Amino acid sequence: MKKKTETYSLRRDAWRRLLRNPTAIGGLVLLGLMIVACVAGPWVSPYTFEEMDLLSANTGPSSTHWFGTDELGRDLLTRTLVGGRISFAVALAATLVSLVIGVTYGGISGFMGGRVDAWMMRIVDVLYALPFTLLVILLITVFERNLILLFVAIGAVEWLTMARIVRGQVMGLRHQEFIEACQVLGYSRARILFRHILPNILGTVIIYVTLTIPSVMLLEAFLSFLGLGVQPPMSSWGSLIKDGVGAMEDFPWQMSFPGAALFVTLLALNFLGDGLRDALDPRREGES
Amino acid sequence: MIRFLIHRLIFQALPTLLVLTLLSFLLVRLAPGSPFATEKELPPQTLETLNRTYGLDQPIPVQYFRYLGGLLRGDLGPSLKKPGFTVRELIGSALPVSLELGFFALLYALILGLSLGILAAVRPNGWGDAVAMSMALLGICVPSFVLGPLLALGFGLELGWLPVMGWETPADRILPVISLGSIYAAYIARLARGGMLEELSKDYIRTARAKGLSETRVILGHALRGGIQPVISFLGPAAAGLLTGAFVVEVIFNIPGMGRIIVPAAQNRDQFLVLGCVLLFGALMVLFNTLVDVVLAWLNPRIRLGKGA
Repeated sequence: MKKKTETYSLRRDAWRRLLRNPTAIGGLVLLGLMIVACVAGPWVSPYTFEEMDLLSANTGPSSTHWFGTDELGRDLLTRTLVGGRISFAVALAATLVSLVIGVTYGGISGFMGGRVDAWMMRIVDVLYALPFTLLVILLITVFERNLILLFVAIGAVEWLTMARIVRGQVMGLRHQEFIEACQVLGYSRARILFRHILPNILGTVIIYVTLTIPSVMLLEAFLSFLGLGVQPPMSSWGSLIKDGVGAMEDFPWQMSFPGAALFVTLLALNFLGDGLRDALDPRREGES
Repeated sequence: MIRFLIHRLIFQALPTLLVLTLLSFLLVRLAPGSPFATEKELPPQTLETLNRTYGLDQPIPVQYFRYLGGLLRGDLGPSLKKPGFTVRELIGSALPVSLELGFFALLYALILGLSLGILAAVRPNGWGDAVAMSMALLGICVPSFVLGPLLALGFGLELGWLPVMGWETPADRILPVISLGSIYAAYIARLARGGMLEELSKDYIRTARAKGLSETRVILGHALRGGIQPVISFLGPAAAGLLTGAFVVEVIFNIPGMGRIIVPAAQNRDQFLVLGCVLLFGALMVLFNTLVDVVLAWLNPRIRLGKGA
């Protein structure tokens, strides 16, 4: 190995700044705990998410059922954790879909410039004005409801802003010397775009990803709350909150626990997102 | 300004609407499976009659242009699952309710959000800023379907101060509007703070202060015009979110709005009814976005003097 010179790369510098930000670290830890709990919890739990026990229906939080039980006597903690799996899975998958479409589309548009760019952005403008939540509902109406469709539909809805942001960044980089050097070296356009330009805008993309995940989670919870998303007996935070609201007057914990899980996750994501933005984009530090 | 408006309508609003109708119509018509498919197998003759009655036996382009023609006359087609009702009849009484809910929620979000945002930007990093931004952060993390039930439980069922059902008296409107609007108030507060901070750091503000204007005039008379532009740009997406977010609130507070139509329709797969709702909201959104663009152009002459579009 060659001797390494002590330089601060942008990425390391950003890490250092992130680690010095207590709320961001708090958010990161909280999010990590949440994910570990949702992934590992259902294995450890003595109950399954669909196991009914009508004799202990609607019991409050206790040492046997930490979050209490629902109207069919199912363990609410297990259901909340399993619901969390769904919420995280939908959020990650849909964000990934939007990331791939948005970065590719925005990258090509910004890199090509000129007429291609004008047309591609005009299409985005037109799509931007459509009521997308409703299109997702329409998709759900037309096709049988299933989880994969939910991922894809939400992801296909969320890529527009990503495309716009990436395009702006790519346009800023397109005429820099190192890109001209690549052109002189005779690299293909695809190689320049994906190997040389896109890594340089990673920071912005990460910031936007941390914004996309919570909005996707909210959309999934919204649809499940309306009964259009995850179907019973499967649970997600949205569907658990819906069930809890029905029994709110008598058994308020049935709504509070899944609601709190969603709240804590969104809070953690927001802390982390704000911290990442400050760390990766120091010029805007302190702004909201 | 008039030219700007006409340009916007012809080159932006019209194509958007056409794309929306085409996209959603094709989606509905090209999807596998008949819209009449039920648990029980229908005899082929019945299916054929149904298809003929609703004009579904024609080629797709013919169907599309017929549908488009109907739209121009204000005819949204028949409901497939509630025989005898047209989509227009079903939507007719629900739409004003949803629009009213959305309007008041937007108004509440704007008033609260702008006040908090401006307050925070006036003394950045002070305690007012900290309080306002903490509130905004909390607001972003509590979606309406959590806030609504909590408010209903607290102020309605426990304290008994406010009604939690229906849409009759003015008091009925308070909790739904707060539930729906709060998350947008939070977004607006953050955007307003960012916009105001950027504007307040510009040179002309220093000039305004140097010539001895009061701080109130500097902020409300000068900085506000530029500072609220991010908020105005957000109003388009916000309105879309409010209209769809209203579905949830309507379900929670038992309000006879669009949510009570579209949700069962989506569950029953009443395709024309959902299609009608989507197109109606699409048209509303396009109209609203055009309005937002006009306001932005009025606030910032550079937009309308630019390339036009």
